[in-house]
Amino acid sequence: MLNSSLQQLGSALRARKISSVELTRLYLDRIAALNPVLNAYITTNAEASLAQARDADARLAAGTADALTGIPVAQKDIFCAKGWRTTCGSKMLANFVSPYDAHVIEQFNNVGAVNLGKTNMDEFAMGSSNETSYFGAVKNPYSQDAVPGGSSGGSACAVAARLCAAATGTDTGGSIRQPAALCGISGLKPTYGTVSRYGMIAFASSLDQAGPMARSAEDLALMLNVMTGFDERDSTSLQRAKEDYARDLAKPLDGLRIGLPKEFFAEGLSNDVAQAVNAAIAEYKKLGASIVEISLPNSRLSVPVYYVLAPAEASSNLSRFDGVRYGYRAPEYSDLTDMYEKSRAQGFGAEVKRRIMIGTYVLSHGYYDAYYLQAQKIRRLIAQDFTDAFRQCDVIMGPTSPSTAFKLGEKGDDPVQMYLSDIYTIAVNLAGLPGMSIPCGFGAANNGNPGMPVGLQIIGNYFDEVRMLNVAHQYQLATDWHSRAPQEL
Amino acid sequence: MTWEIVIGLEVHAQLSTSSKIFCGAPTAFGAEPNTQADAVSIALPGVLPVLNKGAVERAIKFGLAVGAHIAPRSVFARKNYFYPDLPKGYQISQFDLPVVGQGALTIQVEPLSGDAASAGSAQAYEKVVRITRAHLEEDAGKSLHEDFHGMTGIDLNRAGTPLLEIVSEPDMRSAAEAVAYAKTLHSLVRWIGICDGNMQEGSFRCDVNVSVRRPGEPLGTRREIKNLNSFKFMQQAIDYEAQWQIDTIENGGKIHQATVLFNPDTGETLAMRSKEEAHDYRYFPDPDLLPLDISEEWKEQVRATLPELPQAKQTRYVNELGLSAYDASTLTASREMADFFEAALAKAPGQAKLCANWIQGEISARLNRENKNITDAPIKPIQLAVLIGRIVDGTISNSAAKQIFDHLWTPSVAELIIGDSLEEVTRGIYTLIEAKGLKQVSDSGAIEALVDEIIAANADKVAEYRSGKDKLFGFFVGLAMKASKGKANPAQLNDVLKRKLAG
Repeated sequence: MLNSSLQQLGSALRARKISSVELTRLYLDRIAALNPVLNAYITTNAEASLAQARDADARLAAGTADALTGIPVAQKDIFCAKGWRTTCGSKMLANFVSPYDAHVIEQFNNVGAVNLGKTNMDEFAMGSSNETSYFGAVKNPYSQDAVPGGSSGGSACAVAARLCAAATGTDTGGSIRQPAALCGISGLKPTYGTVSRYGMIAFASSLDQAGPMARSAEDLALMLNVMTGFDERDSTSLQRAKEDYARDLAKPLDGLRIGLPKEFFAEGLSNDVAQAVNAAIAEYKKLGASIVEISLPNSRLSVPVYYVLAPAEASSNLSRFDGVRYGYRAPEYSDLTDMYEKSRAQGFGAEVKRRIMIGTYVLSHGYYDAYYLQAQKIRRLIAQDFTDAFRQCDVIMGPTSPSTAFKLGEKGDDPVQMYLSDIYTIAVNLAGLPGMSIPCGFGAANNGNPGMPVGLQIIGNYFDEVRMLNVAHQYQLATDWHSRAPQEL
Repeated sequence: MTWEIVIGLEVHAQLSTSSKIFCGAPTAFGAEPNTQADAVSIALPGVLPVLNKGAVERAIKFGLAVGAHIAPRSVFARKNYFYPDLPKGYQISQFDLPVVGQGALTIQVEPLSGDAASAGSAQAYEKVVRITRAHLEEDAGKSLHEDFHGMTGIDLNRAGTPLLEIVSEPDMRSAAEAVAYAKTLHSLVRWIGICDGNMQEGSFRCDVNVSVRRPGEPLGTRREIKNLNSFKFMQQAIDYEAQWQIDTIENGGKIHQATVLFNPDTGETLAMRSKEEAHDYRYFPDPDLLPLDISEEWKEQVRATLPELPQAKQTRYVNELGLSAYDASTLTASREMADFFEAALAKAPGQAKLCANWIQGEISARLNRENKNITDAPIKPIQLAVLIGRIVDGTISNSAAKQIFDHLWTPSVAELIIGDSLEEVTRGIYTLIEAKGLKQVSDSGAIEALVDEIIAANADKVAEYRSGKDKLFGFFVGLAMKASKGKANPAQLNDVLKRKLAG
């Protein structure tokens, strides 16, 4: 049951072979047993989850079930869910119970999926290792002394460790793809504007995009069918016809042109990742694809550009956490300014403060043109690189992350090293393109440490998620990396 | 040595949309604190702004009314600062790309009493004030410092209310000009229906930038008087501030850029904070909102909803109706006034001058005395038109008409003479004239008899008149009118008196 696909679970539920309540209990018990070790969830609420499961069972009995009715899905703790504590991984919101549902949560509620719990994450989605969470680091289920990646590390861990059927994540600079790669699961960040940001706590508004995390491309497609759709409450939500993301999964890949950016296979890429990715490319050739070498000349600037723009937006987005209306307020203060300073100093962690300070600096009078405006210009050049590249190929492939999961604490005191772990994913957000990561092998085991998962990144053109899922699914039919599971803990 | 005062205004006009600029919460004034604050108004985590089209339409209307450029693309920016009544920690405003560009407003300047600067030029005159820009933004909430035992209460009902900030060039040279500009602007925003203009409720707030210089020299350093909510305070504040700056410089001091507040109790201005301590607002385009694109088509749709503007009306009143510039300007002081005039004129064709006189005379006097607006006048335009018609056709004299007018000012009477048709109202007014016995006597026999009696009773005066004391004619007119209880047709009476007195 734990290794079943969403399609199989849905069939079992609709055939009444198992009830949603039973399935939900199965996961809740598993979470109770394993979460103390993995720390994938910040909040579970058995009562609320089981109530939803009972409703789902009624719907299943009535024959009005959708594909995901009754399926327990983990929600990243960045999505506001009515009646649920929604912390965004921060002390600032440790006691915040949302009075409303995010659009994504509504979409899952509408189809009768079960909210299994809120997953751990880097504080305000700022991090690549899940170590910045106020609620403690998440452990990689393949090796408990390794990071799961971030910021959607809790969701990635929960999917990999079979602590949920599937999960949601958000991706501002790689926060779905990088933890998916590091935990050996599949994750997709859709085209910017495809999933409504309403109710998703903002990090960097022009880059943030929610997407699914699951064990296969097929599961991602079913999840995406639920998550997408126009929402008038998000001005950047795109008005497009609803589509079935699973419709082309079975299409053969003959004639597919895969672009390999030379910049993604240069210095900084670890050997085991390079080997696994190259093996995957070889597999694609067998499946009928041809390879085109392409260049993304400005992608080398994506990390510095990102670390100007994302903190700039974050510094403003996080201003509402001031201790006045909700969230953390310092217990003692002398006046208004002191209340602001103490509440924010005590409520935010070090990485969040670092980014607020960077963002404040680059927006300041006298620096705005040199940093913010310049970065916006380069952002357009980076997007243009992709537009040019997609004239020569259908999808772009490369590594998701330069290395496999690193050790907890390994990069903690070196933010730049940490930021470089998103070097292949960030440009996709800057361009607003869809990107995904699927498992494509494992690194070498050494010194008694197991080999850690490697992710293959697939980048598509705007709104080309259907093709990307097809490309990923065909690979998953031919290989079994995606069905590997960590040793039982 | 003379000084020149230089004034520019920033006016915040609250746009009359029923919901807020970036969410659906209502904007009604005076609700219980925080009852009109939804998730967006209180800036819960995860909420997003969605632009209210009605606010944009009102901004376009304004731009078109002042002949301004409407930006085909403008951008919302975040103005970042911390304040308890600013829930997001930033205000969504427009910065380098505002929706309305350069325009102009023509004003009629009336000298103000006690205004030193304009005392020399007692004549009213016309002036064009350039408008730099107007941009859309959201209002903040309110901090309440009373009734909270040393703490501060926050009311976010007003947070997110749409504002149009209208910025003028420093084109004004006296408090009189500044007040005239503010009043004209106030009238215009109400005229085109984008703002209720209620200054007490803060729907129309003025910030005034004042500096002084020797004529011909570069602009002096300005100080900004914040949040003036009455024209009277504006005049007092400018007069005080300008004199303070002049005195400071003449005493060897320097003016430092600052924000000042006007204290109505003392009539003085006092610095709040100097600009050196000013915030760095870190403006940047709001990534939650798309650029605001206004198509030519949308602009023209809005233009089609614009009423005839005061300036155009004034020109028409002078050129087509033969009114004086002064009459035209007074009648267009508000849209309601102009509407009243035009409604009356429609029922009394050709009588523009009489309609204007009655509105500016009797009606305005009564309204002023009773502190009412023209929309509150018990007499309706059609009633005024019929009344004027009866003067013109000789049914009643002017003085009788004033008595009828007094009756029509009584709501219970005015209400009896209702109806949309001229016939109905005419019948009603006739009945009233008859009932009050005010019908004019135009019967020549009756007038001659009356004149004969007067001549007989005042033989000595008649003799004086006949010996050359022409001035006594008025005396006889007065006696005759009195004897007729004001009902004698004045023209006829004149003729008869002249003839009989001549002997």
